[in-house]
Amino acid sequence: MYEFNYRRASSVFDAVSSSDQSGDASYLAGGMTLIPVLKFRLAAPSDVIDLADLGELKGIRTENGAVAIGAMTTHAEVAGSAEVRQAIPALADLAESIGDPQVRNRGTIGGSIANADPAADYPAAVVGLGATVHTNSRTIGADDFFTAMFETALEPGELVTAVSFPVPDRAAYMKFPNPASRYAIVGVMVSQSGDGVRVAVTGAGGRVFRVAEMEQALAANFVPEAVAGISVSAEGLNEDLHASPEYRAHLVTVMARRAVAAAG
Amino acid sequence: MDTGIGAAVTRKEDFRFLTGQGNYTDDIARPGQAHAVFVRSVVAHANLRAVNTEAASAMPGVVAVFTGDDLQGVGGVPCGFAPDGGPMNEPPRPVLAQGKVRFVGDMVAMVIAETAEQARDAAEAVDVDYDELPAVVSMEAAQAEGAPTIHDLDDNSCFSWGIGDAEATDAAFAKADHVTTLELVNNRKCPNAIEPRAAIGEYDPAHDSYTLYTTSQNPHVIRLLMGAFVLGIPEHKLRVVSPDVGGGFGSKIPHYPEEIAVTWAGKQVGRPVKWTAERTESFLSDTHGRDHITRVELACTSDGEFLGLRVHTQANMGAYLSTFGPLIPTYLYGTLLAGVYTTPAIRCEVDGVFTNTAPVDAERGAGRPEATFLLERVVETAARELGIDPVELRRRNFIASDAFPYQTPVIVQYDSGNYEQVLDRAAELADYAGFAQRREEAKSRGRLRGLGFAGYIEACGMAPSNIAGVIGARAGLFEAAQVRVHPTGSVSVYTGSHSHGQGHETTFAQVVSDRLGIPFENVDVVHGDTDQIPFGMGTYGSRSLAVGGSAICKALDKIIAKGKKIAAHALEAGESDIDFESGEFRVRGTDKSVGFGDIALSAYVPHNYPLEELEPGLDEGAFYDPTNFTFPAGCHICEVEVDPETGTTQIVNWNAVDDFGKIVNPMIVDGQVHGGIAHGVGQAMLENCAYDEDSGQLLSGSLTDYCIPRADDLPSFHIETTETPCPHNPLGVKGCGEAGAIAAPAALINAITDAIGVAHVDMPATPEKVWAALQSAQGE
Amino acid sequence: MTLMVTMTLNGESVSAEVEGRTLLVQLIRDHFRLTGTHVGCDTSQCGACVVHMNGQSVKSCTVLAVQADGAQVSTIESLAENGELHPMQQAFKDNHGLQCGFCTPGMVMSALDLVANNPDPSEAEIRDWLEGNLCRCTGYHNIVKSIAAGAQAMRS
Repeated sequence: MYEFNYRRASSVFDAVSSSDQSGDASYLAGGMTLIPVLKFRLAAPSDVIDLADLGELKGIRTENGAVAIGAMTTHAEVAGSAEVRQAIPALADLAESIGDPQVRNRGTIGGSIANADPAADYPAAVVGLGATVHTNSRTIGADDFFTAMFETALEPGELVTAVSFPVPDRAAYMKFPNPASRYAIVGVMVSQSGDGVRVAVTGAGGRVFRVAEMEQALAANFVPEAVAGISVSAEGLNEDLHASPEYRAHLVTVMARRAVAAAG
Repeated sequence: MDTGIGAAVTRKEDFRFLTGQGNYTDDIARPGQAHAVFVRSVVAHANLRAVNTEAASAMPGVVAVFTGDDLQGVGGVPCGFAPDGGPMNEPPRPVLAQGKVRFVGDMVAMVIAETAEQARDAAEAVDVDYDELPAVVSMEAAQAEGAPTIHDLDDNSCFSWGIGDAEATDAAFAKADHVTTLELVNNRKCPNAIEPRAAIGEYDPAHDSYTLYTTSQNPHVIRLLMGAFVLGIPEHKLRVVSPDVGGGFGSKIPHYPEEIAVTWAGKQVGRPVKWTAERTESFLSDTHGRDHITRVELACTSDGEFLGLRVHTQANMGAYLSTFGPLIPTYLYGTLLAGVYTTPAIRCEVDGVFTNTAPVDAERGAGRPEATFLLERVVETAARELGIDPVELRRRNFIASDAFPYQTPVIVQYDSGNYEQVLDRAAELADYAGFAQRREEAKSRGRLRGLGFAGYIEACGMAPSNIAGVIGARAGLFEAAQVRVHPTGSVSVYTGSHSHGQGHETTFAQVVSDRLGIPFENVDVVHGDTDQIPFGMGTYGSRSLAVGGSAICKALDKIIAKGKKIAAHALEAGESDIDFESGEFRVRGTDKSVGFGDIALSAYVPHNYPLEELEPGLDEGAFYDPTNFTFPAGCHICEVEVDPETGTTQIVNWNAVDDFGKIVNPMIVDGQVHGGIAHGVGQAMLENCAYDEDSGQLLSGSLTDYCIPRADDLPSFHIETTETPCPHNPLGVKGCGEAGAIAAPAALINAITDAIGVAHVDMPATPEKVWAALQSAQGE
Repeated sequence: MTLMVTMTLNGESVSAEVEGRTLLVQLIRDHFRLTGTHVGCDTSQCGACVVHMNGQSVKSCTVLAVQADGAQVSTIESLAENGELHPMQQAFKDNHGLQCGFCTPGMVMSALDLVANNPDPSEAEIRDWLEGNLCRCTGYHNIVKSIAAGAQAMRS
C-alpha cells in the first residue's frame, strides 16, 4: 500500500470539504473494495477520509412506500433487518448473498454502489428496484447512476448518503456466483410495482443493464415462461476464466426465469 | 483412555494451534531482521537489457538491492532427479535472473529494507529494461516447428522417456476386439497451502555459520541441496529449521531460489533477512502440479478382458526443472498404469517439455493422480462402450487377492491387496443397487444424476534407495530417527519426517507409547530442525509412517534390546530369558520384573550396571531404508446431480473404502482422506491454473480467480477402511495422505459424464463446460 | 504520517503509533506480537486473519489499524483461560477439525460469530457461513462437525 493521510470525518459536510480540499481523496466506507485495491497498489489517494463516525449515514427507515438505507449501513444490517425483510425480501436476500459474513459485517451499500463493480450485487438492486440514490448535493435516479464499468454519475467528491428503494409488489434476485470470488457471474433482479416491471442484470456486462424485452413480456404476463424464450445478445458481455459471453447470455435467461418464479 | 496403536487419540499439537501459539516461519521475528521483497519478471520471456537499481537503493529504509550480477559466483538451483539418470536437458536455473527471464514471476532482483512495506516501495523503483521475446506458453507452442527456445538448447524438449514393452503392447492391440481411446488434459493446479511460503536467512559471524528458517516439508533435503550444491556451506555450518508449516501438498518439497537468496543475503547485509510471500506471489512462484496432455488407448476383448494399454503423455516442466519435476510424470506415473488390473502389456511414453511458465513439481499425489485419472476414465469409458456394468468390468480384470506379490508389466511389484473386497464394500456403502431409482427420482426434479467409480492404487512409502538410484534419484530415500529415553523414562523422538498437518507428533507418540508401554503423555516428537535431528529425507509421497515410523520402530528395537541387557543384570538373569511387554522387563517364567522407567534411570545412574559390557545411557538412532514401496488401494464412488440449465454439479454422495494396511490413528487417517478428496474434487471441478496463451501472463493469479474448494462445495464423506497389512515394514502400514486426491478426479468425472451422457468433459468440469457438453450432446 | 491508535485488545487497553496504511493484522502480529492471527491471502478470501471487532467477525487484513481506533478487538489468544480451551476450541480438538493449524484461528473466530448469530446451526448453515474461511487440509468435513459440536457445547 502507498502511504496516505488518514482522517475520520466528523460530518458529511466535513467529509466533502476535506475531499474538496485534498483533490485526490478516497472515501473509506467499509473498505471491502478500497483496502484490497490499495493493498495491490492499484490506487494511490493522497488522503483517505473515513466515514465510520457518520451516524447520519447509518440506518434503515421505511417511509412513503420506500425503504431508505443509509449509505454506511452494512450488508449484514440490511440482510438482518426485519424491516427490509418484511418490505422487500428480495433486497434482504440479495444483501445476504454478498461476499462472506466478514465482508457483510464491514461492507456498506454506499461503498458498493459508488464503486460500481460490474459484478457486484447491489447495482442489480438499485436498478432492478428502481431506487433513488441520495448524495450530499442531489438525488440520482437508478437508471442514471451507473454509467460504465467502475463508473457512476457521482461528481468528484460527491458522497452517497442513502439509497431509497420503493417497495415493489413483488421482486426476487437470482445469482449465479463466480465459484472463486463469489461475485455475480450473472445476477438478475426482477421486480413488479405500480411503475411497471424491471429486470436488471449484473455481472454479465460492463455495467448493470435492464432487459427491455423481458420487462415488456413480464408486464403483459408476470410468469416465468414469459421470459424463457427471451435471450440477450452475447455480444459485448464479459468474458473471463469462468464464463464466456455466450454462457453469460444463457444464464441471464435462466436466472431471470428463476427470479420471476421466486417472485411468485 | 487407549492411546496405543489403533486408537483415535486426539492430537498433541492441537493445543498450540487452537490457542494461536503455533510457530510458523512468518511468526518468527529475529533480532535486527530486515525484510526482503523480490522484483519478479512481469513478462514471460525476455532478455534483460538492464536492471537499474540506483533509484531503489536511495529509497527510505533500503538496506541493499541485489541483482543477478551480484550472485554470479553462486550456484544455480539444482534438480534432484533425471529419469534413468539421463539423458535429460537440464539447463541452469540462476537464483536471480542472469540476462534472461523465462516466466512471469522469475526473480530479477532482491530488495532488502527495514520494513516489508519499504522494500515493496523500493522494489517498484527497480527499473527493469526487458527486451521481450515471443513466449511459448502451451506445450503445443513449445513443440511447434521453429518455436522460440527458452534455454540454450536445440528445442524445448527436456526428456523423452518410456516404460513397458512396446512390442508386446502392439501385439496386444493387434488382437483386440475393441479399443477405447481418450484424449485427456490433466489440468495444472496451484497447490495453495494456506500458509504462504516464507524464509529467514541469518549468518552468525562468531561461528561462521548460517541458519535458514523455511516453510519446508524436508529441511534436511534443503540443507543438503543448498549447502552442497549452491552456496558451498558444509552441513555443520548450516542449520535449516522448518518450524510449524501451514500445509505443504508438495509445494513445499522443492528447494526454492528465495531460500538461497535470503541465506546468502543474510551474510551480505550482516542481518537476518526475512521474506514472506503474498498469495499473489505464491501463485506466480510456487511450483504448480499436474499439467499433462495424454492420449490413452485400452485394448480389450469383446467380453472386457484388458489386453493392453498404450499411453502417450506430454508433461509440462515449466521454465526450469524444479527439485523433483522430472520424477513426477515418469516413475511416479508410468509405474502405476497397471492400476488394480491384470493388463498384461503396457507401454507408456512421456515427453517432458519446457514452457514459459512456473516450474511444475509435486502436488498431492504427484504422478499417481494423473495415472489413476487416465486409467479409471478409460476403464469406465470402455465399460460404457462395451455395454458392461462398470463394477463387473473392473471385477473381471482385478488382480486376485491370492496373486500377491504381483509383478506388474511396469516394473513395480505390488505387496498385498484385496481389490474386490474394497470394491464390493464401497458399492454396498454407496447403495449402487439403488442408484437407478435415485436417478429416476432426480429426473422428476429436473436433475441429472450420475454415479462414477474410481479404483486406484498408489506407490507410497518412498523408497528403496537402491531402486531410487537406478531410476534416477540423486539421493537416498531412507528415513532417520533417534529415540532418546530420558533418565526418568520420558522419551523424546527425533524424526526426519516433518509434520505440517499430518499429526506425526501424535501418531509417532502412539507408536512409541505402544511399543514401550509408557504413557502417551511421556513421549514428545521433535521434527523440523537439522541441528536436533540426525538426518531426514522429509515428508511426501505418503511415506512418513511407512518409512519414518519404521525408522522409529528400528530405534525402539535397539532401545528394548539394550533395556533387556540392563534388566538381565538388574534381575540377575540371562539376557535371553528377558521378555519386554507392557512397559515391564520380565524374567520368563518368574514373577521377577523391572519397569521401563527403572531401567532408564539405571542407564543414566549406572551404579548397579554392567559397565564393563555396556555403555550407560539409553539413546538409540536408526536409519530405515524400505525394501519396497507400499501399495495402498481403494475405491471411491461419487454421486452427483447436474442442473442441466446451468451445468452446475452438486456432489450428493461420496463413499469410499481404502486399504491403508494397519492404521495407527483412525481419526487422523479419516482426516487425511477427507483432505485428499477435497484436493481431487478441486482439481476435477474448480481449480485451473491458466496462463494467457500469447503473453504468458497468469490469468488465475489470485484467489478471486483461482477457485479452491470451500465448505459449501463439498458434502460430508462416508469413508471406511479395510486392512491388508503391508508385509515388509514393521508396522504393516501403507500410507494414506494422497489417496483421496488420487481417486477423486476420476470418480467425479466418471459421475458427471454418467449424469449427462457424454463421453468426456475436461477438468475442471466447470458449469460452463458441463452445460456446453450438454448442449452439444443435445445437438447431436 | 503516523497516527496513534488506542484499542481494547483481548480485554486490555493498548496503544500504538501506526502509519495510515498499516493493516489491523499487521498491528496485531508485528507490533503486539500476537501471531495466532495469520495472513493467508491478499484478496480477503482465506479468512486466516479473522478476529472480532466490536463483537463481529472481520478480516483483519482488510481493516486499517486506524479504523480500529476505539474498538474492542479480540483474537484467538483471548479464548482459552488458564490453559483451559474454550468449548469451540475443545470441539475442534475433539473432532479433528484442524490439521496444519494455519486456518484454524480464523475458523474458530468465524465459528464463534456464527454461533452468536445462530446458536444451533445446521450443517448447511455452517457450510454456508464458512464462505469466507478456506481450509486446504481437512476437506471441511471435520470442521463442520467441530462447529456443530462446539455450538452444542456452548448451548449447554
